Amino acid sequence: MSPAAASPFLRIENVTKRYEGTDAPAVANVSLDVGRGEFFSLLGASGSGKSTLLRILAGFETPDSGHVFIDGRDVTDLPPYERPVNMMFQSYALFPHMSVADNVGFGLKQDGMPKAQRTKRIEDLLDMVHLGSKAKRKPHQLSGGERQRVALARALAKHPKLLLLDEPLGALDRKLRESTQFELKALQARLGITFVMVTHDQDEAMTLSSRLAVMDHGRVLQIGAPNEVYESPTSRHVAEFLGAANLLDAAVTGWASGIATLACDGFDGSFKATAPSPLSAGTRVAIAVRPEKIRLCGAADDADNKLHGQVKDVAYIGDVSTYNMWLAGARSLRVQTTNSKRGGAMPASGEELWLSWDAADAVVISE
Amino acid sequence: MSAHKRPISPLYVMLAFGYAFLYAPIVLLVFYSFNESRLVTVWAGFSTKWYGELFRNEQILNAAWLSLRIAVVNATFATILGTLAGFVIARYKRFPTRTAFLGLMSAPLVMPEVVMGLSLLLLFVALETAIGWPAGRGAVTVTIAHITFCLAFVAVIVQAKLASFDRSLEEAAMDLGARPWKVFCVITLPLIAPALAAGWLLSFTLSFDDLIVTSFTSGPGASTLPMVIYSSVRLGVSPQINALATIMISVVALFVAVSGWLLYRQDKAKRA
Repeated sequence: MSPAAASPFLRIENVTKRYEGTDAPAVANVSLDVGRGEFFSLLGASGSGKSTLLRILAGFETPDSGHVFIDGRDVTDLPPYERPVNMMFQSYALFPHMSVADNVGFGLKQDGMPKAQRTKRIEDLLDMVHLGSKAKRKPHQLSGGERQRVALARALAKHPKLLLLDEPLGALDRKLRESTQFELKALQARLGITFVMVTHDQDEAMTLSSRLAVMDHGRVLQIGAPNEVYESPTSRHVAEFLGAANLLDAAVTGWASGIATLACDGFDGSFKATAPSPLSAGTRVAIAVRPEKIRLCGAADDADNKLHGQVKDVAYIGDVSTYNMWLAGARSLRVQTTNSKRGGAMPASGEELWLSWDAADAVVISE
Repeated sequence: MSAHKRPISPLYVMLAFGYAFLYAPIVLLVFYSFNESRLVTVWAGFSTKWYGELFRNEQILNAAWLSLRIAVVNATFATILGTLAGFVIARYKRFPTRTAFLGLMSAPLVMPEVVMGLSLLLLFVALETAIGWPAGRGAVTVTIAHITFCLAFVAVIVQAKLASFDRSLEEAAMDLGARPWKVFCVITLPLIAPALAAGWLLSFTLSFDDLIVTSFTSGPGASTLPMVIYSSVRLGVSPQINALATIMISVVALFVAVSGWLLYRQDKAKRA
């Protein structure tokens, strides 16, 4: 049993939100559970409804219908200042007229914590984010990374049951983002607070979360652990949004013990791909193969799926190379290989090769 | 010393003309305030006697005191009401009669002052007939009239400041447990304070030197400084007026210098 099912710490139940003057709802009948201590991500492009859902959790928006439960309590109609939830804002929203220490201590002051105790707690928090020496600075005197850490310390000050993070690393440059990712994950593990993060960055979501939900047009398309969602996407959108995917339109010709046999549009021969539930012959589906699951070789091997193609162009990235392969019928597939040998020979543009992959490495997406 | 002299650029000539155009009248005015002669345009030697005369002139001193009181009361009320109006414009995007509200708020900015003065006069007269208040016209009616048009200026300034205000700051404060009124007091108000100060100062200035609306809405015994100056100029300019203007210029210059110095210090502290 997954931890979420054991004790749904956060339960979102049939939540719908439509903004005034818009046709499509921003959030459409979303239900999901998040377990205690989880690092959960809402992943989606802009306009997918992920930020609206986060704002509903924080209490800045009231859903038109549905309920939100935190730790068993219905908080749907509670104002933000009465929720056991704190949020780290996208642009950090640090109060520009207050010092770093006053920013961090703002929430504690609202709770009426005595000054001596408050000072101690602020010190601890600033030490935790390595900013002990900058307590008296104003936010505009800090670097982007320092501001991010002040925002984090401020959001954690009141020991929230649930921490919401709105694109927490979006404003940082690439290098800093990577190191901060690991700090954030370690911190979450140490504090044991449930994190719900909104992001459009799939790498960030994959790296940080224990589970994630992919959202599009206000709906949740798929929920699962990062590797589950990546390896077994259930829809075209998820396959394409999370990493790169080759999608081949196909028709089912047969199914036996988890493997479907398919006829691919525009290609001869039969193809095999993983399909957990039975499919009847004739069903229109798509085959999804990740670029790194495809092998390139000079001669046809005995793999389940084989195609003959020609290298159209090569992108050498260093650790990996990405090939754009021409196939029959003016179609192309993306293939990625790891450059595990120094100075290894690489296929060049124009070279003719075989592409092959096993049934277990491809999934059937039925829509 | 450089080997050759550069010819004076025509740009500098234009600059000099520009300065002369702006400041020559003021310099002349200050210069003649120290004139011995009672004729404003004839120089007869240095003297400070007109300053002495000025400080013995009850009429001018009373008018200045009245103008000052009206300006302060007006600026304070205009700032409070204008801020409320600015909030409504910036924050409430949908309510019945919003368009009418916007039009009414901007009317005083474009309305000719004579029209406004006359309409207010008619209002005060009609009110007095109907409910007996305000009894006659004087400082009270002038102040009400000034607030009426000054609050529109404050509303515009405050609304512009709020338009660029990051709402997530207020949300963050609420998220951290502050109730809406608290959020307004400790987050919103301090951050828009510069706009309120600008609005107060603008209202003060508009009120202090207003002549037209004031003339319509004032009554016997309530002559403001601009009214006294204007009527005395019609009888021939006394150097006392020059002395008064010089004092006003000095006060303003001092104020600008002090605020500039404070800003400079604040800036230096920020960089340290």
